Amino acid sequence: MFQLTNQPIDPAALEAMFHNEACGALVTFEGRVRNLNEERAVERLEYEVFGPLAEKEGTRILEEAMRKFAIARALCIHRTGLLEIGGVAVWVGVEAGHRGAAFDACRFVIDEVKARVPIWKKEHYLDGRSEWVETLGPGRGN
Amino acid sequence: MNRAPLKVRLQYFASLRERRGLSREELVTAAATPAGLYAELSGRHGFMLPAERVRVAVNGEFAEFSQPLKDGDEVAFIPPVAGG
Repeated sequence: MFQLTNQPIDPAALEAMFHNEACGALVTFEGRVRNLNEERAVERLEYEVFGPLAEKEGTRILEEAMRKFAIARALCIHRTGLLEIGGVAVWVGVEAGHRGAAFDACRFVIDEVKARVPIWKKEHYLDGRSEWVETLGPGRGN
Repeated sequence: MNRAPLKVRLQYFASLRERRGLSREELVTAAATPAGLYAELSGRHGFMLPAERVRVAVNGEFAEFSQPLKDGDEVAFIPPVAGG
């Protein structure tokens, strides 16, 4: 399940949703807002999303993870709107029989989400300026 | 052969939305593909992002820049994404 939310993400509540007794591994990733990016002091972040397509692409990534790795369940939640330093921007949880597949799938999901899902991040800096983060990534056809 | 102009619905996000100054608009265009449409919009609004760094969605799904546009299509140009 891939979800977008404009509410604070509660990792403890999300972890509590995983309780498959056949699974010996739960790997989670928590992406937090840090106070520095490329040596500029960040005050807060703003996420904009193309909602319907973001949900479709996020769901496809989780389906790919289910096919590619021996896992039982994968979940990803991504924030929209304004976040302060330390806030949880994205959370991924993967439950599997064994730790190898859980680690690999968790890494796959967060990497693919960052590369493919139409979500944009605007950094607001302490000096009052702000900028959309447009790192050189895959463009069309990739 | 001349094509009849198409009416498309455009959606803008992030840096392109700010550059354009709005989120949505309708446009009558002679462009036959998203590639032509992006070139037209870039010329008119001074988009700084080269087409190579932009993706396109048509009617809510990723599409090719070379895909023919149809009347009434909803087109969104997608600047480099930065989730996480």
